[in-house]
Amino acid sequence: MGRGDARLGVTIVSLVLLSAAALAQTDEAERANVRRISDRVHAAARKSSGRYRVTIPNTTVSYDMVPVPAGEFTMGSTLKKDEQPPHKVRLDAFWMQAHEVTWDEYRLFMFANEDAGAAAKDQTADAVSHPTRPYVEMSFGMGIDGFPAISMTQHAANKYAEWLSAKTGEFYRLPTEAEWEYACSAGTGDLSKLDDNAWYAANSKGKYQTVATRRPNAWGLYDMLGNVMEWTLDQYAPYLPGDVVNPWVKATTPYPNAVRGGSWNDPPEMLRCSARVASDASWKQQDPQLPKSIWYLTDAQWLGFRLVRPAKLPGVEEMYRYWNSGLEHEEQ
Amino acid sequence: MKHQPTNAERRDFLKSAGGALGAAVATGFPAIISAQTVTNAIKVGLVGCGGRGSGAARQALTADDYAELTAVADIDQSQIDNCLRNLKRLAKSAPRVKVETSTQFVGLDAFQKVIDSKVDVVLLATPPGFRPDHLAACIAANKHVFCEKPVSTDAPGVRSVMATADQATQKKLSLVAGFCWRYNNMIQDTFQQVESGAIGRLVAYYATYYTSPVKPIPPASTRPAGMSDVEWQIRNWYNFVWLCGDSLVEQAVHSVDKIAWAMRDEPPVSCVGVGGRTIPAEGGNIYDHFEINYIYPNGTRAFLANRQIVGCYNENSDYMLGTDGACTIGRGPQPRIEGKTNWAFSGQQYDMYQREHDLLFAAIRKGQPMNDGKRMATSTLLAIMGRMAAYTGQQVTWDQAMNSQEKLFPEKLEWNGSLEVKPRALPGVTKLV
Repeated sequence: MGRGDARLGVTIVSLVLLSAAALAQTDEAERANVRRISDRVHAAARKSSGRYRVTIPNTTVSYDMVPVPAGEFTMGSTLKKDEQPPHKVRLDAFWMQAHEVTWDEYRLFMFANEDAGAAAKDQTADAVSHPTRPYVEMSFGMGIDGFPAISMTQHAANKYAEWLSAKTGEFYRLPTEAEWEYACSAGTGDLSKLDDNAWYAANSKGKYQTVATRRPNAWGLYDMLGNVMEWTLDQYAPYLPGDVVNPWVKATTPYPNAVRGGSWNDPPEMLRCSARVASDASWKQQDPQLPKSIWYLTDAQWLGFRLVRPAKLPGVEEMYRYWNSGLEHEEQ
Repeated sequence: MKHQPTNAERRDFLKSAGGALGAAVATGFPAIISAQTVTNAIKVGLVGCGGRGSGAARQALTADDYAELTAVADIDQSQIDNCLRNLKRLAKSAPRVKVETSTQFVGLDAFQKVIDSKVDVVLLATPPGFRPDHLAACIAANKHVFCEKPVSTDAPGVRSVMATADQATQKKLSLVAGFCWRYNNMIQDTFQQVESGAIGRLVAYYATYYTSPVKPIPPASTRPAGMSDVEWQIRNWYNFVWLCGDSLVEQAVHSVDKIAWAMRDEPPVSCVGVGGRTIPAEGGNIYDHFEINYIYPNGTRAFLANRQIVGCYNENSDYMLGTDGACTIGRGPQPRIEGKTNWAFSGQQYDMYQREHDLLFAAIRKGQPMNDGKRMATSTLLAIMGRMAAYTGQQVTWDQAMNSQEKLFPEKLEWNGSLEVKPRALPGVTKLV
């Protein structure tokens, strides 16, 4: 696919072969529901390319999808040890949400099962596991309307992607670390005028800001750097030397996973497309309960996410893997 | 993946992620007992094995390398099973979870069996209605105590706790309360600013505690046949005033406690309040909203707004207005002061729940007891006083609250007993007792 041609091919990829042990562990109910969502996604696959807007069905909440062309880039840098070695990565095309997922969007998922109106009932979407109702106000006073959702676990972000896929009929998932870095650099590398483009410690006044109120990057993506850090799908691990194609470092432990982009709370050196942060158990340290919530990170008030929609549709098994990539559980 | 980053790398990241303003939380407070040379076991008993009690046990086992959990109590064996399973999943604590079948106690008298099982420390984490009796039994038996908030649901219980706390002092026992904000270094720094005059003289305090309901009562149809009133009410404890004290006393008491802190733990003269129930909850007798106005001897007023209703605006904040500026907590991660003095918290915030236990166990090791008893009792009474004002529709003085004869906790409680649910309070009708 050429640059700018994020054409959607309805391609059923061959199923990932699973070991007998892994098969035994799979959740049949979840798998059956993923199959239903997959059917919906295939039925709804659109031919359009270019930027477009999605309104979440039965709501007035919308977000824009921005095409990111297939291509090759140099991932990593020589600046920090964990960004080395710089290596070539080839990626297929995808769309990415133009802005970070907002509370307006995320709260539809958080409170989906409490919706009093029967009009919005959807058994397949409702069958996706949902967050427990948060007890306290999860924006910590930083605001709801138009502000980025924060403090969710990677598991919660994965389940949001599954739910949104069921709702819209489009396949969504978290970006891989490579996809995130590629989209951030937008073919031009790091942005030079940080103050025009990003909310970070020097200009954020100690809180996150309304999404998409700084200048977007060359591909039309807002706040890739700053505002809130963003979840990726990958386990945080050293880069291996050599060129790779569509890499995804699958998680084998709940921590650490890779988080990107820096936040309202960070100094400029953290706001680089290649800078990496490792998730840590201390991010839900102030949850006084045992077991701790699998949905909320009480102490990550600077962490959110956005989703991608790959141009090449995955098969059912792959969808299952993306949406169940690393279940949260108690550390240690 | 084959490679894992080293711990050192992860720590580097934590530092970086901590950022300029320090919203990240560090993994431990600067060591208090790092020079610990005493290695004898401290035996811990847990009373109330729900999520919070299990968390408290985890913190106790984390606080001291030689703390051991040896006995537990609950009304339900399955809660005990869950609690022990979760604790045994924590690699560092698992070997010190030493609760035999013979030291797992179930029932309303289980707390006494834990106390009698030769433990050194008891963690009290049941619904608060039980607290005065449990605490009295612990101190009578010379146990150190971690005591979750609030410490009573009625004034007679508060008086009992005050007497018990005095006994703890005489016996040189440690008594640490779960009024966790008092142990949060970020909030400590903030109150230190206010106390040192950063906003001038405090004129008014406005606190909000707008949240979702905690544990709404299930439909009566879900009550198993033959389940007694007492069991039904204890299992759904958050819906009954005698057990939880109502939302103002059970949850918003955190805000009440911060008001007390700002007022240097001196009592108010009186308060008035409004409250009621908007969303039906058949079978329970708690309100779903309160607004209380306290007035202090120097004329300072404190306002507290509390709501537990689904689908409403939520906020948990504190606004202190002074003659020279304002201090705000909860509008963004860092507390800040604006006015003649401009200040925002910077630095790392430590885990306040862990801090409570770190200090408790250090105090026990050093033989220098700490005692939150008076403070935890007066903050609890301050909330009960607000509830009394809202329930009755009357102005309630501190003395009236302190001397109230209203005893909500039943004189006699039997697991299979019947227990009538008192009607929800009606302002203007319900009497101040």
